[in-house]
Amino acid sequence: MALGRWVAACVTLLMLSACAGSTHLSFLDPQGPVADAQRWHFYWVLGIMAVLVAGPIFLLLPFFAWRYRYGNKAPRYTPRWEYSRLLEIMSWGGPIVIVIVLAFFVWRDTHRLDPYKPLASDQAPLQVEVIGYDWKWLFIYPDQGIASIGTLALPTRRPVSLHMTSATVMQSFFIPALGSQIYAMGGMVSQLNLQASKPGKSLGENTMYNGDGFHQQKFTALAMSPADFKAWVGKVRATGIPLDAQSLEIIAQRNTRSDLIAALPRARSMDGDVYFTGVSKALFPAVVMATMDGKPTLPDAAFDHTGTAVRDTEHAGHATTGQAR
Amino acid sequence: MNIAAIFDHPLGRLEWSSLPFWQMFQHPTEGNIINGCIATGAASLVVIGAIVLAVLLTKYRLWRPLWSDWMTSTDHKKIGIMYIVIALVMLARALIEAVLMRGQQAFGLGGGFLSPEHFAQLFSTHGTIMIFFMAMPFLTGVINYVMPMQIGARDVSFPVLNSISLGLTAAGATLVMVSLVLGRFSTGGWFGYPPYTELNFSPGVGPDYWIWALSLAGLGSTLTGINVAVTIYKERAPGMKLMRMPLFTWTALCTAIIMIFAMPPLTVATAQLALDRYLDFHFFTNELGGNMMNFTNLFWLFGHPEVYILILPAFGVYSETIATFSGKALFGYRSLVIATMAIAILSFTVWLHHFFTMGQSANINAAFGIASMLIGIPTGVKIYDWMWTMFRGRVRFTVPMVYALGFILLFVLGGMSGILLANPSIDYQVHNTVFLVAHFHNVAVPGVLFGMLSAYHFWFPKAFGFRLNERWGMISALCWIFGFMGAFFPLYALGIMGLPRRTVAYTEARYVPLEWVAFLGALLLFAALLALLWQLWISIRDRDANRMFVGDPWAGRTLEWANSAPPPEYNFAVIPVIEGRDAFTAAKENGRAYLQPDTYVDIELPKNSVMGPAIAAIGFVLAFGLVWHIWWLVVLAFLAAIASMIIHGFARDTTRIVSAQEVRREHHRWVDAVARAAAISRADECKSVNVGLALQATDGVVP
Repeated sequence: MALGRWVAACVTLLMLSACAGSTHLSFLDPQGPVADAQRWHFYWVLGIMAVLVAGPIFLLLPFFAWRYRYGNKAPRYTPRWEYSRLLEIMSWGGPIVIVIVLAFFVWRDTHRLDPYKPLASDQAPLQVEVIGYDWKWLFIYPDQGIASIGTLALPTRRPVSLHMTSATVMQSFFIPALGSQIYAMGGMVSQLNLQASKPGKSLGENTMYNGDGFHQQKFTALAMSPADFKAWVGKVRATGIPLDAQSLEIIAQRNTRSDLIAALPRARSMDGDVYFTGVSKALFPAVVMATMDGKPTLPDAAFDHTGTAVRDTEHAGHATTGQAR
Repeated sequence: MNIAAIFDHPLGRLEWSSLPFWQMFQHPTEGNIINGCIATGAASLVVIGAIVLAVLLTKYRLWRPLWSDWMTSTDHKKIGIMYIVIALVMLARALIEAVLMRGQQAFGLGGGFLSPEHFAQLFSTHGTIMIFFMAMPFLTGVINYVMPMQIGARDVSFPVLNSISLGLTAAGATLVMVSLVLGRFSTGGWFGYPPYTELNFSPGVGPDYWIWALSLAGLGSTLTGINVAVTIYKERAPGMKLMRMPLFTWTALCTAIIMIFAMPPLTVATAQLALDRYLDFHFFTNELGGNMMNFTNLFWLFGHPEVYILILPAFGVYSETIATFSGKALFGYRSLVIATMAIAILSFTVWLHHFFTMGQSANINAAFGIASMLIGIPTGVKIYDWMWTMFRGRVRFTVPMVYALGFILLFVLGGMSGILLANPSIDYQVHNTVFLVAHFHNVAVPGVLFGMLSAYHFWFPKAFGFRLNERWGMISALCWIFGFMGAFFPLYALGIMGLPRRTVAYTEARYVPLEWVAFLGALLLFAALLALLWQLWISIRDRDANRMFVGDPWAGRTLEWANSAPPPEYNFAVIPVIEGRDAFTAAKENGRAYLQPDTYVDIELPKNSVMGPAIAAIGFVLAFGLVWHIWWLVVLAFLAAIASMIIHGFARDTTRIVSAQEVRREHHRWVDAVARAAAISRADECKSVNVGLALQATDGVVP
């Protein structure tokens, strides 16, 4: 019940702070269908437990302690009584029933909210490839041939299919207001499906400690209308710098986003973000393979300075590159 | 490495820059000075503490008693006390670190006063110490002290091994303390996930300190587990059938079984990581076929059962204190035993819930989520059985009982947040956030720590012959309880607001108010520690007013109360014969509690052994050499370890005799004291008239 109070206080705080312009922090302030479903799942489980688990104990224990206190001579005292079949059946039966009820929710919602499961939609999902570096995330839009550090732009009401890896240590990719977090690991590709319902800014972060700049490894998940997204892509194409071997070498160093901007003289940073053009579809799988080989550099074939799509079969083979599943 | 290199670098990687103040002098920036001062202050505390201790020991001529009465002792009671001393020292350090971390986060909007690396060392040492060098020694100490007496034994099965286990734990704890003075500890957290802890990302000595400290402690715990299990199987007094054992002994058995099976995966995982770091293996690297997911699995294959290694003895303590201070037999003994065993087995089936977010299929996650929830069933049974124990009892709100009551209410909340986390679809949201930190502290603090403190207050009079100050004990207990609530309830909300764990600073102003509540809670927890130490001080000061040599201050129910306080080193003049549960209560009711036997016999006890301190010293030197790459020291220590075992193999004369006359004399002194003592009612339990003889309860009449 005390937990319930805290959660209620937290919800209030979030509602108060969810004013226009501020960043959405929590799945209790959901910006998409996944986080929304997780919110209801959370409330259901919490509610069931508050009533069935905490309720009886928080009522009975203080009552017993008070009524059977040493100074109270009135109630019965049975120092040798140690067994009651009825109470034993209740003590075992209650928790068993509660767990059966909760297990139903676990099974249903774990499958319904499987991060790997594509979201139902009449639109084809937007493909985004995510590479975790120390201490920033690189977002590649392979179909658009662009990439970004600092902002993950999403069109509203269209599913986004993310494939992620790490070029360094284990990281955890997380946008709380949109949905689940999933680990990004070197030499492996993990997946996540998200969708934004309405325009707005949400907190994005890495939650797995990876060194001095860990606390600065944040980004903005920027949901916008499809028209605005188109304009955003155009803006990135117009202002971005080529993602070539030299840029990638600087990105791969252990530095924060602000250090990175200082080290990339050609980057025209907008709001602390860095944009890239001419990104090849071969880049992401090449980074996965290179990390697995322990090579810091990439072959020239991975880069495509002209911006035309490089035909490659590797990209289609996400699931085969050292996948956990 | 070649031989010449060894001579070129006789101190391995040790350099001037390994000292905590070096960087501050070389690069005196504001941040370096603040962090340097804190680190140097902490290092000075260690060094000054060691010097002061040495001076005091010399001044009061205590080196010899320390060596012959304590360090080389094979008496399970003394070993138990030494474990608890280690636990309290390490608790003090790790709690100060916790206050520093909460303070840093309270000021953490956009910066704070600690450097990220310093903060990372703090959370890594805090977690490592609290689990391996606070909770584990504390519970091992309590088991060591109490369990042999509860089963009517004279000692554990392997007394020298017991001393060696203590030595290994002490060596590990010393290594962690030395890391304050020389070099830096790991920044990889208490579970040290590779590849972050691999050489190319953490090239310093930090992860090596972590690896070898854990290896020493893990080895000690494995040996303890074997010792405890064998003792319970083989050393029980006549008539002490398994289903007559006190519940604390049952939890000790289950914990020992988990130790035996859960410690090896940790040893393997840290050994593989050591091979990666020292000999260029690639078990967990990104490249050359390494896979960090294997470490994750191995670590939690240890890590989750470890949680129940910690909590089960605490459950055992609560079972004893709640029954004793309710003046009533424990309700549902059979259920509680089954529930304990069920938890021990289920603890090995849930490790995957520590990484639902690693990309497994929904089927696997759901299966492990449900398995995790299953543990809620036996745990719920325990809580209900404790409540039925209070039902129609006479509850005395003593310090151990206040901890128990605080535990039940808070633990229910911790269990509920655990069930939330066992839902993969919720875990995806709160994993790796401070919600998770709040959850495991919500089970570890009210569960393990309160349990151990309850045990400390409950059995301290037995161990030292006088009761602890009740008033300061109560102040401390309330500070622990409310300090815990203040420090950790805000973290639930902050976690839901997306604050990751291990964050040195943040830019989100909405976190600040709750961070301050948590900081104030942490200060209250620090006050609780000070109150606990103050209580110990004034209790020692006033010890003569609170003596209870007769040995039964709380109207105890089990055999550890059936001897004097402190007990004779052989525990019982005559091994008791047991006819049911709550053997001491039954003996008191039948008038057979304080009898003089017709005859006494010689008692054989294990001799003191230098193996414990020897292995402690060798283990520490070996680990220190490995951390700093001082290879000649490693070779020497390794040879010394083998030599000491061979030499010990020649020791044939390992026992000594306490003569029958001596036993008779001591026993008579006690029985005479019993005859002179006035039995007291429970109303006078916390007054100086309580010399340790209790009035007996009968139906309908409250003693």
